[in-house]
Amino acid sequence: MKGRLNFLIGAALLLVILVMALTATVWTPFDPLALDLRARFLPPGGAHLLGTDEFGRDVLSRLMSGATQSLTVAAFTVGFATLFGTLLGLFSGYVGGTLDRILMVISDAVLAFPGTLLALALLVVMGPNVYGIVLALGIAYTPSMLRIVRGTVMSLREREFIEASHVIGNSEWATMLRHVLPNCIAPITVLATSMFGWVILAESGLSFLGLGVPPPQPTWGNMLSTARDHIDRAVWLGIFPGLCISATLLGVILLGDGLRDRFDPRTENT
Amino acid sequence: MKSLIAYIFRRLLWTLPTLLLVAIMVFFLVRLVPGDPAQLILGDQASVEDLAALRARLGLDHSIPAQFLTWLGDVLQGDLGYSITNGQPVAQLLLDRFQVSAVIVLTAVTLAILIAVPLGMLAAWKQNRATDLTVVVLATLLMSVPSFWLGLMFLLTFGLTLGWLPVVGFVPFSTDFGAALAYVVMPVATLTLVEMGVLTRMMRASAIEVLRLEYVTHARAKGLSERRVLLRHVLPNAFAPTWTMIGLVLGGLLGGIAVLETVFTIPGLGRLMVESIFQRDYPVIQGCLLFTAVIYVIVNLIVDLCYPLFDPRVTAR
Repeated sequence: MKGRLNFLIGAALLLVILVMALTATVWTPFDPLALDLRARFLPPGGAHLLGTDEFGRDVLSRLMSGATQSLTVAAFTVGFATLFGTLLGLFSGYVGGTLDRILMVISDAVLAFPGTLLALALLVVMGPNVYGIVLALGIAYTPSMLRIVRGTVMSLREREFIEASHVIGNSEWATMLRHVLPNCIAPITVLATSMFGWVILAESGLSFLGLGVPPPQPTWGNMLSTARDHIDRAVWLGIFPGLCISATLLGVILLGDGLRDRFDPRTENT
Repeated sequence: MKSLIAYIFRRLLWTLPTLLLVAIMVFFLVRLVPGDPAQLILGDQASVEDLAALRARLGLDHSIPAQFLTWLGDVLQGDLGYSITNGQPVAQLLLDRFQVSAVIVLTAVTLAILIAVPLGMLAAWKQNRATDLTVVVLATLLMSVPSFWLGLMFLLTFGLTLGWLPVVGFVPFSTDFGAALAYVVMPVATLTLVEMGVLTRMMRASAIEVLRLEYVTHARAKGLSERRVLLRHVLPNAFAPTWTMIGLVLGGLLGGIAVLETVFTIPGLGRLMVESIFQRDYPVIQGCLLFTAVIYVIVNLIVDLCYPLFDPRVTAR
């Protein structure tokens, strides 16, 4: 019951952000990049609903455009990590042996870097741009997915229905796709949901540091970064991007809680 | 006892390949940067002689494996090279900056544990009641707030609006303890709150699982006071998963401290990393990565080695 409520609130929050992001691809109240030096630091209200920034750019339009950026980066990154993590995890868990051991050592080494740090390091190589961020964060998060899938596969491998599938003459491939993979979907979904939150947080953090999506393209992170310099005269610049990030993260956490309860009834009340 | 020693030995041995691979990754990451490092460092106007001299100093005229072995040998002797921007030894730079970050991170994590553990236990004990609901909602909200935003809001409220605390800067504890304290209050409070959320939820979840177990019912049936049941029977078992989480939290902080140090302009390890990336100071970038990864591996090693203290079953695995 509580799980259902979590799920609904989470889904609603994310839906609002998603609508914001989708709308921004076709329409924003103002051009998010248009400078208007006569309209600098306008407080919220009036034509500029959420005020304007240090270059007179409309904050609401920039937030909407930032939502598109953040969600796109998050979707591609999670997609990358899920695709490669699942493939490698399936092989690692199912085939075992040397391949498994090599993948484990590599993923251990990747996991030895705290998530955002590895992304920072990879951005040194790839330079701050959207592709660099997706690739950097994708590589940093793939091992987590690999491990979850591998663990699930290993526990499934010994079960009767997998053996049965072999006995009735199904090939390894068919068994893997038809019987092993479907059973991995629950843990993959739960992890991918949390990962979506990690990426949003990491991307906004990197942009805040000036190492993420480069300006003038607005992102919630780089909006907060410039807000810091003007916080004494324009409070609203610091408040709204932060609210957007928090709302997204809260949505992801609640959705994740809801999913976990649904897939794992044992932890219903925890 | 024998199994405990075997466990510790196994765990120690397992870190060696990880550390070697970490070293390889750190080394090659910087070599993957497009362009000639010597050229990148000295700029387009550099003379041919300067470039050749720098290439020789960095060992760039040797083969890649040779460069790696030379580098690894130096690293093992504690020589991480010199900063390209200011000529300081990287190892010294790292230690200086790390002290600053470590004080903040360790204080914050300790405070977060001290608050999160009783809070999580309380929520679990009052499960599904108003107290529990309040704790869960608060913890979940804290989890969704990015540290740099919370820090910015603190800066705005306590630094600018109320004027209680200094806004930017940092004073080492050795120079002026009182002033240093004033500067670290906000960063420490920010980190404590942010980390408290996840730890409280973790603690509550594991305490609820433990409370359901038969031995707890048995302890209660024996007539033990509720206080004794919770402190002696539930707490130790419920704490084990939270303890593991602490290793991950510390690791996350090592990577995430850069944003917080940027908000409060604190000259810590995270800030050093970001500065060196902007300045393309490769020896410092390498040093930061290697140092942080090694610290993270060591922290997790310590966490794992302490784990049998809370859960003796682990050595049997």
